[in-house]
Amino acid sequence: MVKFDILKHELVPKFTILSKEEVEALRQTYGIRKEHLPWIRKSDPICKVLGAKPGDVLKIERNSEVAGKSIAYRYVVPG
Amino acid sequence: MSVNDIAKSIKSIRFGLLSPEEIRKMSVVNIITADTYDEDGVPIDAGLMDRRLGTIEPGQKCQTCGNRVGQCPGHFGHIELARPVVHPGFAKTVYLTLRAICWNCGRILLKKEDYDKYVLLMEKYRRRWPQLRHKLAEKIMKRASKLQECPYCGREQFKIKFEKPTTYYEEHPEGNVKLAPSEIRARLERITDADAALLGLDPQMARPEWMVLTVLPVPPSSVRPSITLESGVRSEDDLTHKLVDIIRINERLKENIDAGAPQLIIEDLWELLQYHVTTYFDNETSGIPPARHRSGRPLRTLAQRLKGKEGRFRSNLSGKRVDFSARTVISPDPLISMNEVGVPIEVAKLLTIPERINKFNIEEMKKLIENGPDNHPGANYIIRPDGRRIDLRFPKDRKTIADSVEIGYVVERHIKDGDVVLFNRQPSLHRMSIMAHRVRVLPYKTFRLNLCVCPPYNADFDGDEMNLHVPQSEEARAEALVLMLVQEQILSPRYGGPIMGAIQDYISGAYMLTKKTALLTREEASQLLISAGYDGELPPPAIKEPEEMWTGKQLVSLFFPSDFNYTLKANICQKCGQCKKEECPHDAFVVIRNGVLISGVLDKKSIGAGQPESVLHRLVKDYGTDMGRMFIDKAFKLFLSYIDSRGLTIGLDEEELPKEAKEKIRMVVEEAEQKTAKLIEIYNEGLLERLPGRTLEETLETKIMQELEEAREKAGEIASQYLKDTNSALLMARTGARGSLMNLAHMVACVGQQSVRGERINRGYQNRTLPHFKPGDLGARAHGFVYSSYKDRLNPIEFFFHAMGGREGLVDTAVRTSQSGYMQRRLINALQDIRVEYDGTVRATDGSIIQFKYGEDGVDPAKSDHGKAVNVDKIIEKVVGAGVI
Repeated sequence: MVKFDILKHELVPKFTILSKEEVEALRQTYGIRKEHLPWIRKSDPICKVLGAKPGDVLKIERNSEVAGKSIAYRYVVPG
Repeated sequence: MSVNDIAKSIKSIRFGLLSPEEIRKMSVVNIITADTYDEDGVPIDAGLMDRRLGTIEPGQKCQTCGNRVGQCPGHFGHIELARPVVHPGFAKTVYLTLRAICWNCGRILLKKEDYDKYVLLMEKYRRRWPQLRHKLAEKIMKRASKLQECPYCGREQFKIKFEKPTTYYEEHPEGNVKLAPSEIRARLERITDADAALLGLDPQMARPEWMVLTVLPVPPSSVRPSITLESGVRSEDDLTHKLVDIIRINERLKENIDAGAPQLIIEDLWELLQYHVTTYFDNETSGIPPARHRSGRPLRTLAQRLKGKEGRFRSNLSGKRVDFSARTVISPDPLISMNEVGVPIEVAKLLTIPERINKFNIEEMKKLIENGPDNHPGANYIIRPDGRRIDLRFPKDRKTIADSVEIGYVVERHIKDGDVVLFNRQPSLHRMSIMAHRVRVLPYKTFRLNLCVCPPYNADFDGDEMNLHVPQSEEARAEALVLMLVQEQILSPRYGGPIMGAIQDYISGAYMLTKKTALLTREEASQLLISAGYDGELPPPAIKEPEEMWTGKQLVSLFFPSDFNYTLKANICQKCGQCKKEECPHDAFVVIRNGVLISGVLDKKSIGAGQPESVLHRLVKDYGTDMGRMFIDKAFKLFLSYIDSRGLTIGLDEEELPKEAKEKIRMVVEEAEQKTAKLIEIYNEGLLERLPGRTLEETLETKIMQELEEAREKAGEIASQYLKDTNSALLMARTGARGSLMNLAHMVACVGQQSVRGERINRGYQNRTLPHFKPGDLGARAHGFVYSSYKDRLNPIEFFFHAMGGREGLVDTAVRTSQSGYMQRRLINALQDIRVEYDGTVRATDGSIIQFKYGEDGVDPAKSDHGKAVNVDKIIEKVVGAGVI
C-alpha cells in the first residue's frame, strides 16, 4: 500500500503537540489535572505521525458547523 | 437526621475477595446439619436456621448480639467444604491466571527481561494511569500464555482448556487431563505476591487462591427468611433450599472420603458439589441446567436477586415506593390554567403538607384542625414541639385540641388550592415529564389537566393515569416553583421552540375566529372576551354600519403586548410561486404590528404546540414565561369559546365529491393501471431497462410503485380541489389541527397501494397473493393497490390487503417502542451524571472534561432560537418593525 500522509487528508483536523508551558496554562484555565482531559492512545494513527508520547497533550483545531472554529485537547496515554 | 449528624463520611470503597480466614472470622456458627427446624418448630443448632444467625421472629432476642428483630443486623455462618470448588464468578479469571503461570513453580511465564520491563511499567501505570492497569494486566497474561517452557524451573508447559462453567483440562500429548479444583488451588497458592500484582490483583485484598472456595459463607437468616403460611406450614426461602442441597452433598462427600470410597464416586460427588455451589451463586449460568424447586420453578438464587428489572438494584435501590403521592386517571379541563392540576377532594384529604404555626396563620390553622381529617380544608395530624404526634382521626372534640395549639406546633394540613405539587406521567423520557403544578381541588375522581400540557406529557384521555407528588419542605417547594413550574417549561430544550401550545380544536378555533369572514356582534364579542377572562374595554368596532361588528382578529389582538411585531406564513399557505404577502388570497400571510393582527389567520404555524419560530415562541421568549402562560390561558379560551359557539363537525355527506371529480379520479387511476400494464408488457418482452443496482424484477416493482403512488397523489389533489371550502375535514387538515390531506384523500378519492415490508404485497399463495388472481399476475390490483376510497367502501380483496398493511403497522409500533425504550435506558444510564459546569465545559463527576464547550458553541437550546444563539431576521423585524420574510 502507498504510504499516505493522514495530516493532509481533508477530514483530519489540525493536531499540534502542546509545549510544557502551554500545557501548564491549559491546566490553569480549566483547573484540572492532565488526566481529566479526554484521552487518546499512543497507538492512534495521529500520535504515530506526530510522534506523541504518553504524557503529551494534543491540541485539535477543527472547523465546526455550529461554532465556526472549535478547539479540543487530548491527553496521550500508552496502549 | 441532617447532614451534620452523620458521624462518618465514606471516602472510598475497596472491593476484594473474602479469604477463608476472613469467612471463618466473621462466622458465628459452623453449619453442619441440612435440617432447619425440629418437630416442635425450634431451630436446630448448627442448622441453617441456627438462632445465632440472627432473629427473624419478633420478640426473640438474638443469640449473638442480644438485639431484637429491628436492631439485629443478622450474622454470617459458614460451611467447611469437604473439597474446594471454583467460585463460578471467577472461573474466567482462574482460567486466564492458570494460563499465565507455570504449573510447577507458579511463576509468571515471562522471560527475565520481559518480567523486569513489566514490573517497571506496572509501577509507572500505578502512579500515572491507574485506570489502565487492568489493560496492562490483560496484556501481560496474554503474553505469558504463549511461552512453552518455564524460564524459571525449565518445565514444559501445557495448554489449558476451559469448559464453561467450571471445568478445566490440561492438554498433554497423551490426552486431556482434568484439573481438580484442589490442584488449581495449589497452583494459585504458588503465585508470589509480586506476580499477583502483575496479573492485576492486589494480593492484600485478593490472593488468587481465594478464587477457589474452601469455606462457604452462609448468609444470616434475615436475608432468607422462612414464611409461615396460614395453614401453619413453613416455607423456606430459595436460598435456604440451595444451602440445604450444598450441605447434604458436602456431608455425603465427607463421609465417602472418610470411608475411603472409590475415587470415581468421590469425583462424582465433588462435581455435584461444584454444581450446587455454582447454581447457588447464579442459577442462570449458561451450560448447566438451572436448579429447580419441587414444583418445577427455577430457584431464585443470589445473582437472580440482584439482576434485572425486579432485582435489588433497579427495584429497591434505584427506585423506591414513596409517601405523599397519588395516582389516578386523568381527564381534560380546558377551564383551568395550564399551571394548575385538578385534584379530587378525596385525594386532597389524604395528601398533607406540614405547616408550622406562627402568629400569622394560627387562626387559619385552628380552623383546619377543627375541620379534622374528613372535611376538606382540614388537617390529619398535629406535631407538638416535643415531637409527639396527635392523630386527629380519633378525638371527638377537636375544638379543644384546636384551642390548645400554640405557635411552634406543626400541622399536617390537607393540600388546598395553590399548593405546589409535582405531576408526572410515565415513561419519563424528558424533563417535561415531571412538572410542578398548582393544586386546584375539584369534585369527582380524576386528575384534571389543561389540554396544552398534553404534548409534553404525551398524554391523552383514553384511560391514561398519572402520578402526583407533594413536596414536603419549603426548599423543595421553592425549587419546584422556580425550576419545574409548567410555564417555565414551555420552551423545550429538545429544539429551541415551545413544546406546549395549541392542539386540535384550539387551532381550528383560532383559524375560524381569525378568518376574514368572522364578524361578531357586540353581544357575541363581549361573550367571547368574558369567557377569556378579558376585563378591559371593547375596542372600536371594525364595521359601524349597518350594525356594529368586530372582527375576530381584533379580539385576538387584545391579548398581544402592544409593542409586539411578527411576520410569518401560516400553515394554510398554499406555497404559490410568487408570494403576494399582505394581499394573500388565502389570508395566509400573518402580520402583527404593534400588537395588532393586521392580516393572516392564526393556525398551527403561529400558535401550535412544538412549532419553533412561531408567534407563541416569540411571545414566550421576548416577554417571559408569565406572558406565555397568560396568552395560553386567556387567548386560547377565546378560540375554544368561538369553536363552541360555532360548532365543528364532519359527516359522511361532506366527503361527497361531484360527479365530475369522481370521473376525473377514475381517469387518473385508469391511466395508472394502463401504464402499469404497459410496464409489465415491456418487462415480459424483456425490453425493460434495469435501474442501477437493481435486478430486473426490482426495477419493475419500483417503477410500478412510483406510477401508482403518483396516481394516488393526483387523485388526492383532484379531490381537494373539488371539496368545498366549508368542508370541516379540509379545514382541519389545512390548518394543521388534525389529519392530513392524505387522510382526506384516502376517505374521498383512493386509498392507494398497501405495503408490507416496504414492498407491494407479494405474499400468500405460490406466484399469487390470493386465489382470485392468475398465477404470475403482476398487475396493481393483484398486489394490494386499493382503487376504492373509504367512503366508496373497499371490496373484500382490497379489504384483505388493507388489513395486511394495517397489521404490519401495528406490530411495528409495538416492537419499536420496546426497542427504543431499551436504547433510551442505556443512553440515559451512561449520561446521567454528566453536566455543564459554570465555565461552559461538559464534565463527568470526577471533573474530567467531556466537551470543552457545550455543543461547541455553548448555546442552551432551550434559550436559543431553534438551535441558533441569535435570530438576526427577528431582531431586525423587532427594531425596524417590518418583516423581512
